[in-house]
Amino acid sequence: MGLPGDWEMVVGLEVHTELKTATKMFCGCANHFGAQPNTNVCPVCLGLPGSLPVLNVRAVELAMAIGIALHSTIAASTFHRKNYFYPDMPKDFQISQYDLPINKGGYLDLPDGSRVSIERAHLEEDTGKSTHLGGTGRIHGADRSLVDYNRSGVPLVEIVSGPDIRSSAQARSYASSLRAILIATGASDGRMEEGSMRIDANVSVRKPNAPFGTRCEIKNLNSLRSLQRAIDFEALRQIELIESGGTVRQETRHWDENVGATSTMRTKEEAEDYRYFREPDLVELVPSDEWQGRVRDALGPMPAERRLLLISRLSSPSETQLDAVEVVIDLGLEDYVHAALDAGADASLALARAANELAAGLDLLSNVTFTAFSSTLLLEQSGTLSATQSKTVLGELLKSGGDPASIATSLGFEQMSSESLASTVALLIDENPDEWERFRDGDEKLAQFFIGQVMKQTKGQANGKDVIKELHARR
Amino acid sequence: MSPSLRREDVAHVAKLARLTLSDDELDQFTQQLSQVLEHANDMSSLDLENVVPTTHPFGLVNVVRDDVVRPSLDRDEVLAMAPDSEDGRFAVPRIIGEAP
Repeated sequence: MGLPGDWEMVVGLEVHTELKTATKMFCGCANHFGAQPNTNVCPVCLGLPGSLPVLNVRAVELAMAIGIALHSTIAASTFHRKNYFYPDMPKDFQISQYDLPINKGGYLDLPDGSRVSIERAHLEEDTGKSTHLGGTGRIHGADRSLVDYNRSGVPLVEIVSGPDIRSSAQARSYASSLRAILIATGASDGRMEEGSMRIDANVSVRKPNAPFGTRCEIKNLNSLRSLQRAIDFEALRQIELIESGGTVRQETRHWDENVGATSTMRTKEEAEDYRYFREPDLVELVPSDEWQGRVRDALGPMPAERRLLLISRLSSPSETQLDAVEVVIDLGLEDYVHAALDAGADASLALARAANELAAGLDLLSNVTFTAFSSTLLLEQSGTLSATQSKTVLGELLKSGGDPASIATSLGFEQMSSESLASTVALLIDENPDEWERFRDGDEKLAQFFIGQVMKQTKGQANGKDVIKELHARR
Repeated sequence: MSPSLRREDVAHVAKLARLTLSDDELDQFTQQLSQVLEHANDMSSLDLENVVPTTHPFGLVNVVRDDVVRPSLDRDEVLAMAPDSEDGRFAVPRIIGEAP
């Protein structure tokens, strides 16, 4: 979306990502999304008196891996207490990093060739999760909130970009590239819908080469779509405000996805004073060169490199193929595509089935071997399975694994013999003389009609391409 | 000796800490906290040019634990400590506004 006149937007993003550790940041409670409320809690993450935090080594190494992938300088760092009162933070402070973050500086190169600078990527702990009851027409009458501390103390890395982003599309591309890096480093599963990656956007507007305008911060955007829409809305709001003689106030704003608008949460005057001070219960973190080297050596290739490798296997890649490549790289599915290509599968088919069918079952991927994926595609390519049948077989593979050919047989996906198809087509031509006449007169749309009829008759076992071949043979 | 801390500063800090102070207490704490600050300021009169800042009284670094799950507390036991609970969660007065 373009902005009116010569207005330019200036955007910086703060991305919070939960780290994929087995345990929380400062205690041995399980870091597990979806557990029964308050079953992964202990004196440390409940903030009980006398409890002491001990840093999770895996959280430190994942933070370092993020820093390495973002070309940051990994530095000696310390932990601070960020003090505020809110029921989701039982200690009444959050342990975070303040003036000395573990990762300083860095950059992220986007697929369009632009570079966004990184200011810092620091460690901190997540808060509990509160649910607000009453007041909004919910069944519960009482106006109160319920708190689950399972998420309290889950390790987070907050990645702060420089104010280098100039469009909502670039912001989206940055978030999506960063997500791919977080998945590639093993730091995160990148599941925005589960809250494992949350974004705050700092947005201001200015005329070309003018100093930065006053910025507003939009909190807690939890999808790429919300991110893009919220930034566009906010930039336009600020421009309209300025052009009608107003001034932008520095404030924190909330994005309402349903309304499609941002609204004031709190102004700068009301902003909290967090009284940061050193966390006395944690000592300095000083990653040695040797330690950094071990983390660096354990890292696989990053998305940019993997994207190039995959694209190099496509002979003139189409837009559709490139879109699928983005999804496949972002979700780390390219080993399936490489295996299918090695087995002789068509590139477009392999990319499409990975970017759609496999992407829809990420949780169940361990059930699908590279061979099973490749075999299914080859069955589809040879016409043994129709496209619909092939997708169903992939669905079954995700659910319970197994051998594609046996699954096809057990589902009754036998290839129709050409004799049987021919007689079905002949029968349908007899039953639909008008449609057949129009098809013979050259109305190709009627081919779809006959395919539909054949599918109905054969319960989807026929192959659409074979039906067209049969129709043309009889025309 | 004029206090290095203003009465408004003490009132502000008390508000952030959710403490209600009477006028007398405000005077008293302004005086006392000022003395603490004065004492800290004495440090500034020393020549500390070549002294490395102390980040922690212990000379330890990199105190970490392995990422291994340990048993959590029993939920009934946990919720029994709370003034109120519902659906396995802590119940608190309705939260106005979002987290800072």
